[in-house]
Amino acid sequence: MGYIPHSPAERSALLREIGAASVDDLFSTVPRAVYRTEPPALPAPQSEIELRRGMAAMAGKNADGSRWASFLGAGLYAHHSPAFVSQLLLRGEFLTAYTPYQAEVSQGTLTAIYEFQTHVALLTGMDIANASMYEGASAFVEAVLMAERLSKKRSKVVVSKGVHPEYLTALGTYLANFPFQIVQVPLGPDGRTDAAALAAAVDETTFAVGLQSPNVVGVVEDWQAAADAAHAKGALAIGAVNEMFSLAVLKAPGHAGMDIACGEAASFGVPPSFGGPLVGFLACRDAFKRQIPGRLVGRAVDAQGHEGFCLTLSTREQHIRRERATSNICTNQGLMALAATMTLSALGKNGLRETAVQCLSKAEYFKALVKAKAGAGPCSLAFAGPTFNEFALRCAVPVDTVLSALEAKGILGGVPMARIAPREGAWKDLLLVAVTERNTREQIDRAAEVLRSIR
Amino acid sequence: MSDTSAPGAPAARTDRRRREGSLFDLSHPGRTGVALPPLDVPAIDPPALFGSAHRSEVAGEVEASEVDVVRHFTRLSQLNFAIDTALYPLGSCTMKHNPRINEEVARLAGFSDVHPYTAEHLVQGALELLWLLEERLKTLTGFARVTLQPSAGANGELAGTLMIRAAHVARGNARRHILVPDSAHGTNPASAHFAGYSVIELASNARGTLDLAELEAKLTDEVAALMITVPNTLGVFEENILKITEMVHAKGALVYLDGANFNAFVGKVRPADMGVDVMHMNLHKTFSTPHGGGGPGAGPVGVGPALVPYLPTPTVERDGEVFRLSYDRPGSIGRMRTFHGNFGVLVRALTYIESYGNTIPEVAEAAVLNANYLRKRLEPFYHLKYDAPSYHEVVFSDRKQAAGGIHNIDIAKRLMDYGFHPPTMSFPLIVPGALMIEPTESEPKEELDAFADAMIAIAKECQETPELVHGAPHTTPVGRLDDASTAREASKPGSFAPVLRAPVR
Amino acid sequence: MSTYPDDRFYTKSHEWVRVEGATGTIGITDHAQQELGEVVFVDLPDVGELFDAGQEFGTIESVKAVSEVFLPIAGEVVEVNKTLVDEPGAVNEDPYGDGWLVKLKVTSDGDMAGLLSAAAYEKFVEEEAKG
Repeated sequence: MGYIPHSPAERSALLREIGAASVDDLFSTVPRAVYRTEPPALPAPQSEIELRRGMAAMAGKNADGSRWASFLGAGLYAHHSPAFVSQLLLRGEFLTAYTPYQAEVSQGTLTAIYEFQTHVALLTGMDIANASMYEGASAFVEAVLMAERLSKKRSKVVVSKGVHPEYLTALGTYLANFPFQIVQVPLGPDGRTDAAALAAAVDETTFAVGLQSPNVVGVVEDWQAAADAAHAKGALAIGAVNEMFSLAVLKAPGHAGMDIACGEAASFGVPPSFGGPLVGFLACRDAFKRQIPGRLVGRAVDAQGHEGFCLTLSTREQHIRRERATSNICTNQGLMALAATMTLSALGKNGLRETAVQCLSKAEYFKALVKAKAGAGPCSLAFAGPTFNEFALRCAVPVDTVLSALEAKGILGGVPMARIAPREGAWKDLLLVAVTERNTREQIDRAAEVLRSIR
Repeated sequence: MSDTSAPGAPAARTDRRRREGSLFDLSHPGRTGVALPPLDVPAIDPPALFGSAHRSEVAGEVEASEVDVVRHFTRLSQLNFAIDTALYPLGSCTMKHNPRINEEVARLAGFSDVHPYTAEHLVQGALELLWLLEERLKTLTGFARVTLQPSAGANGELAGTLMIRAAHVARGNARRHILVPDSAHGTNPASAHFAGYSVIELASNARGTLDLAELEAKLTDEVAALMITVPNTLGVFEENILKITEMVHAKGALVYLDGANFNAFVGKVRPADMGVDVMHMNLHKTFSTPHGGGGPGAGPVGVGPALVPYLPTPTVERDGEVFRLSYDRPGSIGRMRTFHGNFGVLVRALTYIESYGNTIPEVAEAAVLNANYLRKRLEPFYHLKYDAPSYHEVVFSDRKQAAGGIHNIDIAKRLMDYGFHPPTMSFPLIVPGALMIEPTESEPKEELDAFADAMIAIAKECQETPELVHGAPHTTPVGRLDDASTAREASKPGSFAPVLRAPVR
Repeated sequence: MSTYPDDRFYTKSHEWVRVEGATGTIGITDHAQQELGEVVFVDLPDVGELFDAGQEFGTIESVKAVSEVFLPIAGEVVEVNKTLVDEPGAVNEDPYGDGWLVKLKVTSDGDMAGLLSAAAYEKFVEEEAKG
């Protein structure tokens, strides 16, 4: 039955060898009051034929990016994933292996993680990166906790409201029981974090400043200004990125003064999958490596001088340092980090740039249509600040009206800011529109035409 | 040094099929592995738009063709050991077969190519799936609700302990401590710490289970919860679990169950019936989602009525035939992460649960049967510190072999030469030289026998040819790596390349 | 055979202290370094920090273990062994010499009460092994 190999005869033989009369004998130390001899109230088992039918029926009820023109982003961007990536992820040697604690039989996974660490370090302009975090929000939280440990006895973290609202909610959740204060700095009229307010919020009790670029409304931030504000008071600067293709055309956080970079790397070949599994990352300067959370892979040699890779600096982690560990993370996003590594390898230096330029050019094309004389009906650009591949529209009619009109033409038009930040009244008429290399000019023209038709 | 190569063939470790290295060393300027359609809108010149914020290239990035990349990663895969190859007896990790129908279903475009912020009326199937999985897990655990949001087991532990804290805060006192047995997984004390609690360790008794006198002594009014693993990391069921949960509740504290070992009793015991208030489940263990070389996992958390007000948001609710996301939970701890959890992992887990349906107790039965069979075969050859009945795993130690200078690590490495992955060795901390073996229900008798034969052969080698064991492994792509030198080098200030990443060439 | 130098005192947590004038030099014992395995990193306090006797002042790490180290006597840190940054293995190779950890300005009048002599420490280690 199912995936259990024993025939009834083999099962009896095993019981006989053990000296047990029945399977129930093996559970003799379970209190009888809770031991269930009746099957659970679940349906009958399903074969592959039935599973395919039932699951496909559920999948068929969802609007997917292969049938719809999608402009959804807001922290997760649907880029092209090369065909070989999904297929190589199915290789059992990757798929069904455990965390590579036993280096001699895990060189495939270990080498790939070393490459992932290198890709993330290069993209972010940092010295080192870890083997992955769960996703962007928890990576951001871990970066803040890491900065606090490095600061010794400071108590305040200053974050821009341009950081994804779900990252900020998660930060509140994780920090709820620590004596730390979280101060939020608003965005200015151009969509960038208010630089003066940021500098004013940072003081000698501040251990970190957190900024995201492009930020949640798509606007490119000034890393250096935030880093300078942090460093002026002895705090560390954390740069969050969740559209990693931006780093092919925009200055890296590590090249502009930031101390820790973190965020979401799912743009590289990881399908959106209704929000997970994705792949968080955390990178930093060499000087902070002893406080980095999560796994790290290092280069090593064996007794014969053969080069290989192994997990290293493990004493930071929970299985050794327990309650004094840098994080409680154990299982991470290994296979998704592998997907990102394979995608980055295929894109390479040139593909990264070409994809980024396509995203940028198509987003600018869409913005130009909105700004053109013919306009976009009730929608206008909300912010003047520079953007990469996502921008906010301000809608003079309810955002839902705009989305419904687009939906009628097969278009998933964008993410209402009210959905991700329901408490921010000033954002309730904003619609976030993201464009990737998967979007065509025809889709953009069609969307603009729908917007113009809205009365 | 032994070698399995045929005469005249290159030695294993110089064979190019077994030596790959990093792709950063195999890069060729000008190559690329992805082709995009021609740009169908006017090209933007990034420096013109971004000025000083512009970056002209990601220096040091790889340049390779699709052939280069596919070959590189295929070769890398061949350097890994995996469940698909043979028994993978890592205790506590539940390395069971990963059914491929799960992978196929998770790759349906209607699941994989769906954005989490798609309007709710356009993702009714995805919301239905989340609702259905929660129902299934409620049935199997007896809990009032289950949050599917946590990304992995440790993330679930943190969510659970944060909810415990929120419940105590609502009653007026957060309390200060969480009790954790000395046999616990390392994530337990780490998670308790990140929820703001200090950890008090409970010494195990001679059977390896919780000592009731020790619990009584340490169970003060300042204890917020007991975190307990059932069966514990020795594979032993806490016979007194009902008494334990009663004692903890009598002090106003809550019981957290680490569900890492749910595979031992899924369908046979509902944790809520034992008095457990909150428990995480590792879907990548009990519910067969692939470990993927270190993730992704998923760590749903089931809670009893007392903790329902504090669940992370959003939850999925059903109104008649319509499914919706609900953020209406004023006491919520907030969010563990973005979006709705590791949805793709949840799809796989539901597919697995539906494949067994009401026969799922057979999973636990076969897992316990297999572990006991291995125990029976290996007991004459390896020391068993705690001889209480075993469930899904059995923890031997190297005590008999250590007398001759051979330790668990040597036995583990020698197992690789026999074609098996080693058992878990790093814990439980109460068994020095641990060899923690969990075969899972996936293994047929002949594979269990092959593994037992290998372990027995190694026990003989420890006496007759100990140098063979000491020097193992002999047949893997690399020998034992000098991880001390790597850690020393990685610890030095400024040493990051090439030890922790490839240098920019 | 006595393996422990008798020009210094020992603790039950396996540190040693050698006092010369007002300066105490602290390290871990040969037994401790053997138990720990290959030392890969040593985390030490800053010069100027003050500690009580018995207080944790740093950690010593091997590949798979972290060990806290405790001061046998009270004092102010006047020097830390900076060579351990590049050569942490000195703790293994020469625990009583080049592998020293910190030097203290002794604040407790050199009070060695409660510390073990070399002979007493050796006996303690033997008993611990039996225990």
